[in-house]
Amino acid sequence: PCTARLFFGAPDVPARSFNSTMPFTRNIELGRVCLVNLACDPLYGKLVTIVDFVDMNRVLVDAPGITRCVISLRRLAVTSLVVDLNETRSPSKAVLTAAVKAADVDGKWAASAWGKKLARQAARKNLSDFDRYKVMVARTKRKALIAKALA
Amino acid sequence: RVRFSFCSPLPRALPSCHTQLFIVARLDTMVKVTSIEQALKGTLSKGKTAPKKASKTPSFYPADDAKFPLKRAAVVKNQTKLRASITPGTILILLAGHFKGKRVIFLRQLDSGLLLVCGPYGVNGVPVKRVNQCYVIATSTKIDVAGVDTKKFDDKYFKKPSKDRSKKSETDFFEEKTEKKELPASYVADNKALDAAIAPKVAAVPHLAGFMATKFTLKSGDRPHEMKF
Repeated sequence: PCTARLFFGAPDVPARSFNSTMPFTRNIELGRVCLVNLACDPLYGKLVTIVDFVDMNRVLVDAPGITRCVISLRRLAVTSLVVDLNETRSPSKAVLTAAVKAADVDGKWAASAWGKKLARQAARKNLSDFDRYKVMVARTKRKALIAKALA
Repeated sequence: RVRFSFCSPLPRALPSCHTQLFIVARLDTMVKVTSIEQALKGTLSKGKTAPKKASKTPSFYPADDAKFPLKRAAVVKNQTKLRASITPGTILILLAGHFKGKRVIFLRQLDSGLLLVCGPYGVNGVPVKRVNQCYVIATSTKIDVAGVDTKKFDDKYFKKPSKDRSKKSETDFFEEKTEKKELPASYVADNKALDAAIAPKVAAVPHLAGFMATKFTLKSGDRPHEMKF
């Protein structure tokens, strides 16, 4: 999909979404990157790309590290990232890996607010007892500095 | 009469006078019987060694087979299994006792299975003591205690002297004990020596001394089953 900026500072989204009058920009389309959001799913937390469609509710997804599989759309959270697959359904693994790398999905995800939020949550969950203490010390110091600056 | 249920069936319509002959003839098909008592007791199956009885016929035959104890494997007493997360130098959180909430250093496992821990005393006021691993959370933080000598601290060192339980006189019973319990000087010296060995290792890690001095507490929003230690 061609990308064209409507104005300076506008996000890079496919031009077709600006042609439509709908506020919806995250379409279920070939190459759309989604986050698997159901905790009990084996792919939980992974970013997958839609490579084909089964029916209204299910899609075929693939990602460089996983086995291609069918997944319900209910288990996916659609992101704003798209991978350019040249409109070919079910590309080969090599083609997909190259396309994902070209689109820099991991880099863009890590830079996005959503990706940063998930990374922050994971970091907080994996803090050890000593780490929690160090965080507490840092927060106390920060609070003292802020209070001093505001006084 | 002797039961012949384990033999092949005798032919029918046998005159009683021939029964005795058949008993002799069928001996080769029967299991060898040493005595009629054994046959009656039903201990003719192979493998069982029934206890030997006196040659005279007993006046009492028990209804059930005599029970004898089965062979048991020799009891092996192993050292209490230490959790994999607890290794020398691990920082533990005490969950019970006077020092609950304190973070202490694990030194080694004693012969009784209890854990030898110390504060160190200079850092958080916990002297060298024994603790059961059930009342402890092992954190993932570890320090190197390889060079520290803990040989003198064993179960005998911590064993309290037995109380004098002899009968007291009435005057002794009502006497008010005003003497203060003093710690033995050797105990204080031992703790000081252990502190001298361990405190530099604690001081080497930034924030660790403050961490060891702070107690572990649960605050609002803490979910211990989801927390990583």
